Amino acid sequence: MTTQPSSPDTTSGSSGSKAAAAIEKARGEGRTALIGYLPAGFPDVPTSIEAGIALAENGADLIEIGIPYSDPVMDGHVIQEATVEALAQGFTVPQIFEVVEGITRRTDAAVLVMTYWNPVMRMGVRAFAERLAAAGGAGLITPDLVPDEAAEWLEAPEEFGLDRVFLVAPSTSQKRMQTTVEASRGFVYAVSVMGVTGARTSVGAAAQAVVDAAHGAGADRVCVGLGVSSSAQVREIGAYADGVIVGTALVAALRDGGVPAVAELTRELSTGTPRTAA
Amino acid sequence: MTDTHQGTGPDGTGTPDPIGDGAAEAFLSHDRSLRNAPGPYFGSYGGRWMPESLIAAIDELQETFEQARADPEFTAQIAELNRNYAGRPSLLTEAKSFAEHCGGVRVFLKREDLNHTGSHKINNVLGQALLAKRMGKTRIIAETGAGQHGVASATAAALLDLECVVYMGAEDTRRQALNVARMQLLGATVIPVTNGSQTLKDAINDALRDWVANVDTTHYLLGTAAGAHPFPAMVRFFHEVIGEEAREQILEQTGRLPDAVCACVGGGSNAIGIFHGFLDDPSVALYGFEAGGEGVETGRHAATITLGRPGVLHGARSYLMQDEDGQTMESHSISAGLDYPGVGPEHAYLADIGRAHYEPITDAEAMEAFKVLSRSEGIIPAIETAHALAGAMKIGRRLAADLGPDERPSDRVVIVSLSGRGDKDVATAAGYFDLLPDDSAEQEIAEEGEQL
Ligand SMILES: Cc1ncc(COP(=O)(O)O)c(C=O)c1O
Repeated sequence: MTTQPSSPDTTSGSSGSKAAAAIEKARGEGRTALIGYLPAGFPDVPTSIEAGIALAENGADLIEIGIPYSDPVMDGHVIQEATVEALAQGFTVPQIFEVVEGITRRTDAAVLVMTYWNPVMRMGVRAFAERLAAAGGAGLITPDLVPDEAAEWLEAPEEFGLDRVFLVAPSTSQKRMQTTVEASRGFVYAVSVMGVTGARTSVGAAAQAVVDAAHGAGADRVCVGLGVSSSAQVREIGAYADGVIVGTALVAALRDGGVPAVAELTRELSTGTPRTAA
Repeated sequence: MTDTHQGTGPDGTGTPDPIGDGAAEAFLSHDRSLRNAPGPYFGSYGGRWMPESLIAAIDELQETFEQARADPEFTAQIAELNRNYAGRPSLLTEAKSFAEHCGGVRVFLKREDLNHTGSHKINNVLGQALLAKRMGKTRIIAETGAGQHGVASATAAALLDLECVVYMGAEDTRRQALNVARMQLLGATVIPVTNGSQTLKDAINDALRDWVANVDTTHYLLGTAAGAHPFPAMVRFFHEVIGEEAREQILEQTGRLPDAVCACVGGGSNAIGIFHGFLDDPSVALYGFEAGGEGVETGRHAATITLGRPGVLHGARSYLMQDEDGQTMESHSISAGLDYPGVGPEHAYLADIGRAHYEPITDAEAMEAFKVLSRSEGIIPAIETAHALAGAMKIGRRLAADLGPDERPSDRVVIVSLSGRGDKDVATAAGYFDLLPDDSAEQEIAEEGEQL
């Protein structure tokens, strides 16, 4: 029961977008796209690759792999603990390409990298983009980068075909909504609540307003993240959004039950994606 | 590993010639004022590297600040609080005996230690707390390392009837038990931060997380001239009074401008406040002293400008202590107030254009200056401030070594920003100088931690 246009070409600059293609494929199959987040290198690099593959094989349409970072201001306790552990295990930023390649080699899922901006700046935006594209990555989700500061990133990816997923929030003004939607490629990430990552029993009423505003500003694909942990929430959000992003719940599953628990939770979450008439 | 730049060697000798800097003169001769830089950018530094969720809040803050600074009622309110609550203007004291340790040049101390709560921090918290009221916020949050900014924030909150929550590294809350008690006595809630490295930078991270979730009611009262725009320019604005007073006072007392101004640099608020008064005076050399910790060659330091390289942290692009992956490195200093791996963006810019010079001071050099000032002048400085004093000792000697044929050392004048008093540091200093009996409670505290 989506009301969104279904052509992948209606957002400017989306042709060739791996994330757009994955979301449109789900839409074509009558489903809300399911996006699963896990940090690279947690609990170790090989397991994070296996866990990413388990996401793809059990119903996730897109995979979001986070780069563990020393100062993750948008993350709550569960993800912080996992990324601190990954760093303590010796995770280094170039290993992100190993993880992305390990997943893209064995699945068809679009793999996006979620990263705070300083590690990208440190490597050099162009060098990072080139290596990500070579690893088969779809693009970047950038929680602490707003389009206003993203000149280098906005210029870099065209030649590498990478998606630029910026965030919009309940506090985003109409004017900023417009510029952020225009700067985005692949999809727009709608933050469901004013807060950081972490499972919540209910996703705020604000989420729908953010999604509607993003659609109204011309976004063809808007996915909701922060706080989603069950198929019931996936179903509820699927009524107004194009995709749903699950992070903390999957990280906790990986922490407590390893790769099998990730597979099981992904299957459970995916039961919420079919868009049968409500 | 950090990288060096600008030819400031890892031995920390810095620029040998303290005056007559060519780049700065060239800059100034173009009639361009460096004063009142509005942000968001200072050269290529500064900006708003923040999550979108917080952009609306910093937009609101910027707008409120712009209106307030142009509103005579607001500036009168600040002036009244500065005068009748904080105790401004602070004195400018000539330190004649300390000067003997500075090559015999004349040394003047800008006495921010005499402000209410014992440091320059009060200037900024009063201003920002008033802005919080103007925005209709009922709650302020703050980060603190040693506790100075936390205490100042709790003080302003008590005065202006705001709820106050202070984030502080868990390790620091234990070390600084008395400062935690001070904040609690003032009615604030102190939240120990157990995330990440449990230091000041993690306290800032947790304050930002709180702010995202409570932005409707809450103002984040950042304690230094760093962070996203408008913080660097706004925090500087509230501290400009230091430099303005100092400039007027030195002219009154000596009839001339100083040759050099020295300040310690953590995030850079006291330094930018005093520098501002002299930015457009080409004859005045400006020196910022960073924490050299155990020595910049050991890796255990907080010499951000000296050894860091540009990156983004906590909302601004500036020099940053980071590894080759862009992960923030842990800083080290005997002084908790300087123990921060970032630095305000305006300092990064002033360093690049050569208008101000930044050099590291080791823990040992700072503690020596701490002792010298205490004994020569009867003023116990904060250990942060002791870095500026150690720097002044070096600068004074350089100035004295570089005199013309008919000149005497006393023809040279140096101002030091005495940013805070050392009461909070007595346990650290007593431990450092081995003044405590082995079995005393204070000895245990001094061994465990840094400052009371
Ligand atoms: C007395 C004193 N001086 C200096 C500083 C360093 O801060 P800033 O560089 O912002 O002046 C502190 C910070 O706690 C302080 O307490």
